[in-house]
Amino acid sequence: MIKINSKNVDVFYGKKQALFNINLDIEENQVTALIGPSGCGKSTFLRCLNRMNDVIDICRVKGQIIINDFDINDKSCDVVRLREKIGMVFQKPNPFPKTIYENISYGPTIHGMAQSKNEMDEIVETSLKKAALWEEVKDRLHEPGTGLSGGQQQRLCIARAISVKPEVILMDEPCSALDPIATAQIEELIDELKKDHTIIIVTHSMAQAARVSQNTGFFHLGELIEHGSTDKIFKNPENKKTQDYITGRFG
Amino acid sequence: MNLILFIFIVLLGFTSYYFGRKKAYTIQSTNKRLTALPQFYGYYLAIWCAIPAFIIFSLWAIFEPTIVKLLILSDYSNQGYLDDELNLIYEKTKALSRGQFTGEITPFIEASAEKYLSLRSIAQSSKAVIVLSIIIASVAYAYKKISSNSRTREPVEKFLKAVLFTASLAAILTTVGIVFSLIFQTIDFFKVIPLFDFVFGTHWYPAKAFVRDSSEALDPTMYSDTFGAVPIFAGTFFIAFIAMCVAIPIGLMSGIYLAEYASVKVRQYAKPLIEILAGIPTVVYGFFAALTVGPFLKEIGNSMGLDVSAESALAAGGVMGIMIIPFISSLSDDVITSVPQSLRDGSYAMGATKSETIKKVIFPAALPGIVGSILLGVSRAIGETMIVVMASGLAANLTLNPLESTSTITAQIVVILIGDQAFGDPKTQAAFALGMSLFLVTLCLNIVALRVVKKYREKYE
Repeated sequence: MIKINSKNVDVFYGKKQALFNINLDIEENQVTALIGPSGCGKSTFLRCLNRMNDVIDICRVKGQIIINDFDINDKSCDVVRLREKIGMVFQKPNPFPKTIYENISYGPTIHGMAQSKNEMDEIVETSLKKAALWEEVKDRLHEPGTGLSGGQQQRLCIARAISVKPEVILMDEPCSALDPIATAQIEELIDELKKDHTIIIVTHSMAQAARVSQNTGFFHLGELIEHGSTDKIFKNPENKKTQDYITGRFG
Repeated sequence: MNLILFIFIVLLGFTSYYFGRKKAYTIQSTNKRLTALPQFYGYYLAIWCAIPAFIIFSLWAIFEPTIVKLLILSDYSNQGYLDDELNLIYEKTKALSRGQFTGEITPFIEASAEKYLSLRSIAQSSKAVIVLSIIIASVAYAYKKISSNSRTREPVEKFLKAVLFTASLAAILTTVGIVFSLIFQTIDFFKVIPLFDFVFGTHWYPAKAFVRDSSEALDPTMYSDTFGAVPIFAGTFFIAFIAMCVAIPIGLMSGIYLAEYASVKVRQYAKPLIEILAGIPTVVYGFFAALTVGPFLKEIGNSMGLDVSAESALAAGGVMGIMIIPFISSLSDDVITSVPQSLRDGSYAMGATKSETIKKVIFPAALPGIVGSILLGVSRAIGETMIVVMASGLAANLTLNPLESTSTITAQIVVILIGDQAFGDPKTQAAFALGMSLFLVTLCLNIVALRVVKKYREKYE
């Protein structure tokens, strides 16, 4: 089933066009990987999906991105509700300079999801458990989140993202600042999370894309060159550029 | 004479730099690898030229007057003069040799003055000869020492380090010196005025001390109700409080606006404009407060049936607050801007609005810096002098009514030290005691600020 449907998406930074006519459908409860060389626009596309490009003054987005039959680029779209439904995990772990507990309770507080302290405790616990961090931090919930290791911080950010029960989670190179062990933990987690969430992950590592994703889109110079099931893209790509990139001949 | 010598030494320095570099090039041209770039050889030689000259100059400046004085006064030894009288004779001699002596000229002093002049000229010429010959000797020595494998980079780097160290030492020593001069005068003051009377006394009326004829003996009982500092401490903190009531909200809010809401273009113009406020001399703020704001407040107050003094704490504090706005807004703008963008992104991506992000993520992260900027503003407010002198009056009333006039520590120091002062007089020493208390207050503020910043620091990384 199609969760996100993007039609003719163009993105401009000032006068420079960063994305050209992107048409990409994202399957529900699957992991979609976006790959491509640096500067190809894959992160820009990811940031279109929860309108994070609004934060950048000079950035303009054209085209339609339809989620749950609703165009998120429409004027009537409430960005606060949108971002509640579509969570995001960033390249560098960015826990807030608060305690572990406050990091998780931040989203639910903003969206008024918990009526009592008990409810909030429960949300924090389930989020941390889903992010496979509970066992490591349950005795130090009121210590600063910034005191955790890099891999733990990134899982804390994932727990923060899932605390508001988003339908979609966007991940922008979530493992690029982590060591192989932490990376393996996150990848395992992604596989677990796709039961409840639709996941879109931008990655530089083709091995990672092959390991975690069911669908893959290949970007090059702001264009979506090819997309389809990960198996097909990696084993039997239609486009020459895709093949060259997959086999490491450029990029 | 000294100036000519100095110019000559500078010229010599440049020449030795040139020769050092030239020698390095010569060595290089014989295909030997140098241990440093050629200019280091030049610097090395120039340092060898400047340092001995500088040492001799300073030694000379320290010892020449003493030695000349000894030689002059040796003529008067065994004549039963007291030390004070000898000093007077020496001063007369110097004045006469400069042609500025107006009293009765005795043959003795005339002879001393001539001797003084001849000694001075001997000293000058021998100084020139000694300095120049030592420079030439040391430069020649260093020049000979330069060879392809001699070390020049390390000594030059060490020299630079020493210069920088000396500069910072000078700043620290000055501070220490000022503190000590404050301490000794303060101790003298408290020998006459009991500490208790100063700290807890509620009458500050130093004009009473003006009445005393300095030839009379000190009578401490006379001051029992003169130097009670409570009113001026209260006035200081009260005016600073009013100032911060104006400066903190406005400064902080404009800082947040500039950092988070203003577009690049607005920020580009607004920030320098606000910073212009910081460049206005405080004396201008002072007469703005005294001649515009004060009378204005008085008129408004009168029309509402309130009794407002033309020199009110409110006028001084309000204008002082305006003066402090740019410190707080500019500094808090800087700390807010330096909060990493990744934290903002993280918060926005959770669906937080701009104001929620600012309130819950950015403000806590920037809090140490903001507290720092506020405390800086407070110490500016406490130390500010001109506005208070001009706009809040000089009578030390003990009051918490912002519409009355009151006075501050700084203003009282000004009052005490304007005009003639006698050293060793409690009135003058009172200024030192006030300065000392001011210093202690700001010191405590700084310590508290550091503690607060450390305790509540929330690290980003």
